[in-house]
Amino acid sequence: MPKADKKNKKPKRTEGGPVRLSVRKTYKLFIGGAFPRSESGRSYVVHDADGAFLANASLASRKDVRDAVVAARKAFGPWAARTAYNRGQILYRIAEMLEGRRAQFVAELRATGRSAEAAGAEVDAAVDRWVWYAGWADKVAAVAGNPNAVAGPFLNISTPVPTGVVGVLAPEGSPLLGLASVLAPAIATGNTAVAVADSPLVAVTFAEVLATSDLPGGVVNILTGHRAELAPWLAGHMDVNALDLAGASAELAAECERAAASNLKRVLRPADEDWHADPGLRRLTAFLETRTVWHPVGV
Amino acid sequence: MTDAVAVTSTRELRGVLHGLPGVDEVGAKARAARLGTRSIKNDTKAAAIDLAISMVDLTTLEGADTPGKVRALCVKAVRTAPGAPTVGAVCVYPDLVKVAVEALAGSGVGIASVATAFPAGRAPLEVKLADTRRAVADGATEIDMVIDRGAFLTGDYGRVFDEITAVKEACGEAHLKVILETGELATYDNVRRASWLAMLAGADFIKTSTGKIQPAATPPVVLVMLQAVRDFQAEHGRVVGVKPAGGIRTTKDALKLLVQVNEVAGPRWLDPRLFRIGASSLLNDLLMQREKLATGVYSGPDYFTLD
Repeated sequence: MPKADKKNKKPKRTEGGPVRLSVRKTYKLFIGGAFPRSESGRSYVVHDADGAFLANASLASRKDVRDAVVAARKAFGPWAARTAYNRGQILYRIAEMLEGRRAQFVAELRATGRSAEAAGAEVDAAVDRWVWYAGWADKVAAVAGNPNAVAGPFLNISTPVPTGVVGVLAPEGSPLLGLASVLAPAIATGNTAVAVADSPLVAVTFAEVLATSDLPGGVVNILTGHRAELAPWLAGHMDVNALDLAGASAELAAECERAAASNLKRVLRPADEDWHADPGLRRLTAFLETRTVWHPVGV
Repeated sequence: MTDAVAVTSTRELRGVLHGLPGVDEVGAKARAARLGTRSIKNDTKAAAIDLAISMVDLTTLEGADTPGKVRALCVKAVRTAPGAPTVGAVCVYPDLVKVAVEALAGSGVGIASVATAFPAGRAPLEVKLADTRRAVADGATEIDMVIDRGAFLTGDYGRVFDEITAVKEACGEAHLKVILETGELATYDNVRRASWLAMLAGADFIKTSTGKIQPAATPPVVLVMLQAVRDFQAEHGRVVGVKPAGGIRTTKDALKLLVQVNEVAGPRWLDPRLFRIGASSLLNDLLMQREKLATGVYSGPDYFTLD
């Protein structure tokens, strides 16, 4: 065995001996199931709660928004065509993968200034949130859909169908649970999403969870960067069908809503939300259209 | 056409074609890649997009083509977008030329028809000529013929030459575009030789591919062909056009091609009469980018016709 191999097998940090260099992760974007750098080549420094350097993250540009929307549009057809049951299975798989990375997420959340206890609670809540929405995937049609009584010999059924590509501004102050709470309801019903993340490091690590969860590439795309720079491009984009403005300030939300009017996007306005509370069905039903079918009977 | 004539001209042609300098493959790839990095923005981009639209040969060459589809394509060719130019031509199979002629009457858009047993070119010469004559008689203003790649690859240049001259004669007034099908020619040297062969035989345009074979119009292949038309003009004084076709789907691809045309052949070729792009889905992307420049927001495929 060559010398180098021996060294690799037993990395030792001894006095005067070789010091193992740290292998740091490059935090990149998540577009179409791949992890590209920003098209612009830009990056920005991410600090921990004490102001110490943590990492360089990719600073997404409008062209990354464009690429992400193209990826999301491409993924929409096949994702919406999957059975709701299968989408639920994949959402549950995301919860499983997230659970397996618990320690890593706790560590990353602690770097943002949370106590070990609070970080642990957030990861648990995020896992539970994915499980909760996984269960809803094949049940939402029974709740949001309806057999309608009509004055004629018709079986008349309304069913919810996904609206398309949803632009998501992830909420501030809840890097993992908040992200789960806005992404899961959007994709559970068959939409695809382009999310602008709040806390870049947690979001990119979470993208690694998505990439290993049988989730088809492009169903979720995660961009890190300045919300105020990216949100207007997302809001004005004619190929985006809905907006979740959870993480927008009042001014940014107003600006986005105005831009969203160009192609009548469905817009979910920001509200003062407690992400640990029961989410209810508000988000799950926000990005659905209703399709009604008339079928003649008893002829 | 006797065998004797073919043999003599094969010998002469081999002398000419094999006397051409070889293509520096690495250099061609590197130059094509470098020309692809030019940044074209704002007003220049808007002008380039409109120029590219006017150079598109809007193509439908499917077994499932119907008169209805061709008519729809013709409408789109004439009315691309408000304020945008018409495309260069509509390119269809010979049996649908009549439909296109009717739909494009008075619009100024050319009617291109593939002929000569497209895309394989594996048919007797009489059949190829009949195919061509019929398309021209039906009203095609441009004929896209395929060369006999088998004959070319076996070195039977005379046969390829004679076929092209015969088809050129059958074309009459119609412009002749000669498809080299570069994806089957294997080397850049062969692309250069085939380009010269087609030009010597009287081609008005040389075209990369049928679109049925991959790889099609790769940037280095287009580069080699642009060099060929430039050198041919310098030597013989006749100006021949170039038409890349196949695999060109995005505005970025099209703009890269225009940069190549300007830098390699010269600005004279930045003209729909001398440079065409054979494509179908490219037009929608060009229109989408045009819309983005005009409105400032990204557009989506929902707002453009399906074809």
